[in-house]
Amino acid sequence: MKQNDMHSAPDMDVAISSRVRLARNLEAYPFSTRMTRAQGAEILEKVKKVMFSDKNAGFSDEFMYFGMNSMKPLDRQLLVEKHLISPEFAEGRTDRAAIISKDERVSILVNEEDHLRLQCIYPGMQLEEAWRRCDDIETRLDEKLGFAFDEISGYLTCCPTNSGTGIRASVMLHLPALSMTGYIKGILETCSKIGVAVRGAYGENSEASGNMFQISNQVTLGQTEEEIVAGISNITSQISNQERMLRDELYKQNPHRFEDRIYRSLGLLQNARIMSSEESLKLLSDVRLGVIAGLINSIDLKKINDLMLMIRPAYLQKLAGTELGPDERDQRRAELLRKSLSAGSLN
Amino acid sequence: MMCQQCHLREANVHYKQIINGKKVEMHLCSQCAEEKGKLTFSPQLSLGSLLWGFGFGSDTDYPGIGKQPVLRCSMCGMSFDDFRRSGKLGCPNCYRVFRDNLEPILRRLHGGSEHTGKVPARLADEIKTTNEIERLKAELASAVENEQYEKAAELRDRIRELENSGKSGGV
Ligand SMILES: [Zn+2]
Ligand SMILES: [Zn+2]
Repeated sequence: MKQNDMHSAPDMDVAISSRVRLARNLEAYPFSTRMTRAQGAEILEKVKKVMFSDKNAGFSDEFMYFGMNSMKPLDRQLLVEKHLISPEFAEGRTDRAAIISKDERVSILVNEEDHLRLQCIYPGMQLEEAWRRCDDIETRLDEKLGFAFDEISGYLTCCPTNSGTGIRASVMLHLPALSMTGYIKGILETCSKIGVAVRGAYGENSEASGNMFQISNQVTLGQTEEEIVAGISNITSQISNQERMLRDELYKQNPHRFEDRIYRSLGLLQNARIMSSEESLKLLSDVRLGVIAGLINSIDLKKINDLMLMIRPAYLQKLAGTELGPDERDQRRAELLRKSLSAGSLN
Repeated sequence: MMCQQCHLREANVHYKQIINGKKVEMHLCSQCAEEKGKLTFSPQLSLGSLLWGFGFGSDTDYPGIGKQPVLRCSMCGMSFDDFRRSGKLGCPNCYRVFRDNLEPILRRLHGGSEHTGKVPARLADEIKTTNEIERLKAELASAVENEQYEKAAELRDRIRELENSGKSGGV
């Protein structure tokens, strides 16, 4: 099996993406809460130098630079929708920048809540791979920048909820069967008891966000990075297995109903003229399920994953090359979905 | 009330999100609320409000107790009360200055309060030596207790050796 293709990544039937983020600060500077813009600019210069001109740091031409104050708001919003930067970060401050690898799997945010937020995103279930890449880049950066570290408290972060390892390991899961049946509730309760956070709406709202759930660690101090990554990998693979069993069970119990729901959703996507992002996510979630169940063969998972991103406001506007009002967006969205999924455009 | 996300603008939106099946409510400005698209899972509870829930109120909650002189970080000027209000520390040195006050909070947040993970390469040797010295000292104590004087002498030499290597190595 090919590993790097978006649609052939491990456990792609349930796991959308795996993400590891490390929070780091430079020892010689106050945290972002107490630093001046001049100090922020100094930090940015140092990071830029390591990433782009220090030959023996070895980053060379792997990365691209995005200064927040020199970017158009729409382009910043696009990075937000791709989960490369946070919405708060997108405010156009002069001392903020995102340094992003050409494959968009690695992003380094300078002067967010911490001086550096290093993040690696991999498709499917590849948390360990994401951690290893973060670990390597962090080691090289630390050699040049000297991150604030203390033997007892570990890596020192602006907010003590991140101190210690500074790691946030998370996996985005597509859980239509668990949320349809309500079993998700039990999983959420179990997770919260063992210090695992599950973010995402459930109940009436879970469909509106495409039945996507993000599973991540809450504890960052007292466990090693490997233990945290293994813990989240373990819990997500257990949840994934339950989701798979339930999908099979749902189909077996009433194949007609299952198929009807999926083809009905596909029909709407192929024909509707006005489509809100909530409705599209709900329908795309059904179609994704149908593709995995082997009911729909003419659409691949990558296309669905791409569409889930492309129907978001900034992306649509980027495609259109102009700003769009809400009504225009709903029309453009329906058009995009219709063209991408219509019977004629398939195979 | 100020926006709980950016702390810059007036809050005018009551934002609800579900984390671990529990409803989390936030007061946000319209800009921050809009930026929190349905699929961006970034909001973190403000630690400040979390600490309130744990009973770490402000000093003013304890009337009658004589005011202690306020402890401030010499590097950034932050007081522990500032931290209680914002949930954020001012600089790396704050962790050292407020170590005793932070310890119970870190324990509550994380279960543990001592780092066991990655260590910067530049400090790895030094930390390994410190841990080795501590291990040898414990061994020495038990050797003395068991009247194994020959072994104790050997251990003492080894400890001295490691302690000296640390000094000359200097960072
Ligand atoms: Zn705000
Ligand atoms: Zn300080």
